[in-house]
Amino acid sequence: MPSSLVDGNSLLAVDIGAANTRAVLFDVVEGEYRFVVSGTAPSTAEAPHKDVSEGARQAIKSLQTILGKSLIDGTGNLITPSQPNGSGVDALVVTISAGATIKAVVVGLLKDVSIESARRLTESTYARIVETIGMNDHRKPEQQIDSILRVRPDLIVIAGGTDGGASRSIKKLLEPIGLASFLMPEEKRPAVLYAGNEKLGDEVKTLVGSLAPLLHFSPNVRPSLDTEDLEPAQRELAHMIVSIRKNQLKGVDLLDQWSGGHVLPTAYATGRMVRFLAKMNSSKKGILVVDIGASAAIISAGFKSKSTLNVYPQFGLGENLSGLLNYTSLEEILRWSPFDISSGALRDYLYQKSLYPSTIAATKEDLAMGHAAARQSLYLAMQSARRDFPRTAAAIKPNLTPLFELILAGGGALSDASRPGQSLLLLLDSIQPVGVTTVILDQNNLLPLLGAAASQNNILPVQVLESGAFLSVGTVISAVVSANYGTPILRGKLAYENGVEARVELKYGSLETLPLQSGETGKLTFQCLRGADIGFGPGRGGTIPVSGGALGVIFDGRGRPLDLPSDAVRRRELIKKWNWTIGGE
Amino acid sequence: MQAPVNHIVGLTSIVRERYLPVSGTVLVRLNQKVSPNEVIAETNWSREHILLDVARILHITPVAAERLIKCKVDDRIAAKAEIAVGGGLFPRLVTSPRDGRVVAVGGGQILLEVGESKIELRAGIPGIVIEIIPNRGAVIQTAGALVQGIWGNGRIDSGALVNLAEGPEGVLAVNRLDVSLRGSILLAGMARDAEALKAAGELPVRGLILSSLYPSLISVAREMRYPIMVTEGFGSMPMNSAAYKLLSTNAKRDVTVNAEIYDRYSGARPEAIIQLPISSDPPAPREVEEFAPGLQVRMRRPPALGMIGTIVAIPSGLTVLPSGLRAPSAEVKLENGETVIAPLVNLEVVG
Repeated sequence: MPSSLVDGNSLLAVDIGAANTRAVLFDVVEGEYRFVVSGTAPSTAEAPHKDVSEGARQAIKSLQTILGKSLIDGTGNLITPSQPNGSGVDALVVTISAGATIKAVVVGLLKDVSIESARRLTESTYARIVETIGMNDHRKPEQQIDSILRVRPDLIVIAGGTDGGASRSIKKLLEPIGLASFLMPEEKRPAVLYAGNEKLGDEVKTLVGSLAPLLHFSPNVRPSLDTEDLEPAQRELAHMIVSIRKNQLKGVDLLDQWSGGHVLPTAYATGRMVRFLAKMNSSKKGILVVDIGASAAIISAGFKSKSTLNVYPQFGLGENLSGLLNYTSLEEILRWSPFDISSGALRDYLYQKSLYPSTIAATKEDLAMGHAAARQSLYLAMQSARRDFPRTAAAIKPNLTPLFELILAGGGALSDASRPGQSLLLLLDSIQPVGVTTVILDQNNLLPLLGAAASQNNILPVQVLESGAFLSVGTVISAVVSANYGTPILRGKLAYENGVEARVELKYGSLETLPLQSGETGKLTFQCLRGADIGFGPGRGGTIPVSGGALGVIFDGRGRPLDLPSDAVRRRELIKKWNWTIGGE
Repeated sequence: MQAPVNHIVGLTSIVRERYLPVSGTVLVRLNQKVSPNEVIAETNWSREHILLDVARILHITPVAAERLIKCKVDDRIAAKAEIAVGGGLFPRLVTSPRDGRVVAVGGGQILLEVGESKIELRAGIPGIVIEIIPNRGAVIQTAGALVQGIWGNGRIDSGALVNLAEGPEGVLAVNRLDVSLRGSILLAGMARDAEALKAAGELPVRGLILSSLYPSLISVAREMRYPIMVTEGFGSMPMNSAAYKLLSTNAKRDVTVNAEIYDRYSGARPEAIIQLPISSDPPAPREVEEFAPGLQVRMRRPPALGMIGTIVAIPSGLTVLPSGLRAPSAEVKLENGETVIAPLVNLEVVG
């Protein structure tokens, strides 16, 4: 076996999703790492298989059929390292998002300080907060105990106390946690992550250590009142989630063994890539990665000052889809549909789809409902995630999405889209970017796999990112302006490298495109009318370089926040027109 | 590609594991014959606790309080019973506020479990106990017809099956419910209004087998004290012809409806079981099949949602669907003679 992956080792990455399991092979081609091939199979976390490794084997077998060499031996085990006859791979990494949403209890001292940090930490993984216990909780300890017993958490996240600060109040909060764990059957006791005042480590071990099947410690998420440091705790939590999944889902331990411990939650691996991209980004604007799939909606943003990672299982498009109605209305979802669909039909769709999360849309109507639900889910996820973006993030208006240099999007709902225009319109509607942004689609859902691979090989992600394995959609210019429908708000002239020019006049309420192929660049000279702002100030024009993509340069003049007509017939006609304009339909 | 299987079988061996959520007492023996409603295991469970801080009440240190506490773990304490006495000329008493059981003593505190209730685990199916799960439950085997559903309200009961649906597209209507149906399990079609569910409960019936349920009725259905099992899903869907045929031809037989809550991870599903006399054990149904021409399948998404058909061909590679998506698909000849293209992930094998 070669001593280092940099020397040219092949790497197999497996992603265990809620609906599908994918196996992706990265190998050295002409001296650089490339995405070579992928295979997919239905995930097998659920009955009757109840073993995620079966789906992984099927996905790898599907990949080896295309590849023409064996990766799995006759006994069903992964061949590793690669053999002289060409079979096998040198390394394996695994990401996992399959499994029921993890129920979490958050414990902290003050609502706006440690509890808020614990909330942010817990939302960085596939967990739903089912109970919060804090210093200002006026319930009696026994009521807190009964509440914990009632919600039967899988995980308890404890924060609170600055380093060297409060200790007595935390000890008081630990008592009901310890007692509730004691009262649970041993096999149902929750895992505990302590991320509070570091001086209390020993007491935490004494009070809950013997009662928690899994007790992890991380550096304090709130070392001082005005400092928050989530990253080390997120890393610890990621390892805990894998351990929890090992207990819940058969086969995770086998994959952990095959990979030599390189199993990560998909969201965490995504967050790792965002931090990496943010470091590489020289612009003042941020980097945004979104992923909308069956298990969750993930929003991860990287800014100069900090990176955020928010995972929303409640906005996943799989088994939790019927629960979307706890956060929004049927009318809010239907506003995105190009077809006249009744609210009853949509309600039935949401409930039926949550019964069979792995099914896909075979008809146009079904697809329209699926995309409407995906838009609203991603929209809600984005609204929630924005709360955690730094206040210093560059923005045109504080109530709008901050300025992003790059939006990279993946997940089942987007890689399913048969045309990039469909995916782009879904992103524009739900994220509502402003200013000038490059949009890239991760159609093969490689990003989390690269995040996982980074722990084995830090050159591979860089080379694959630069290799064209992602689909560049193009440069999106979104104007912030208030005007009447049909009023010109921007005039642009795109100068191509060959000297040819193309012009566009963007009217309020419309979308326009100018072709610019992937790999090409051009110079866009623009004039903003009626005080339109694309990130250079109201009414200010200029000349900027733009890069091409599958759809070229896309101009979005539909207003921010997106201004949809209230008249349903007119709205549906406009949506069809927008779809047509950017090739979504 | 492997296919999920929805069991709709005329005669099969059925083996079900039944166990308590927490440790308890198993009440049945190996090889014992059990009826669906028979309690096979039980336990006591308390959802309420009281924490008595003796040290704080007596204004003493936890160590001092430990010495004064008179009860120990597992003691049953009556309301107002003395559990600690302070010192001095006029000693203060600490008494139990309610009947309960001591579950923990330490640090000058007593944790009492109060409001205990009994959890009874019923057999769920008629059959023979073939294995005892110590302190938890038993494995029961039977043979008969089996129809699995997709949603259940968590209740179990059995009774004679009455076909009220008149066809797969039947609708459960209040005016069809009369006193002659009391104690029956009704094959009742689609449920569209809460009044019909409530009226069935007032008779009372022993259970409902529905083709579909309006999503707005889920909370009402959960409140009903009789089992409700749904075969197709939510909305307004007729029952698939295979399930309807099997159930309607078994009308008047005793049927058990175990409307278990669907759990995709454990595989627990609501089901209706009609025990049938056998001379030898029939084969158990297969849990997984490989998609292949000739297999009978049910459509889980539009078009033809809920319809039964037969796979005619499985084209190689990906097929472009009317939605524009590309997926491995099958040509399915539906029972109405129409042939449709359906993605494999939208199909489940019936059998």
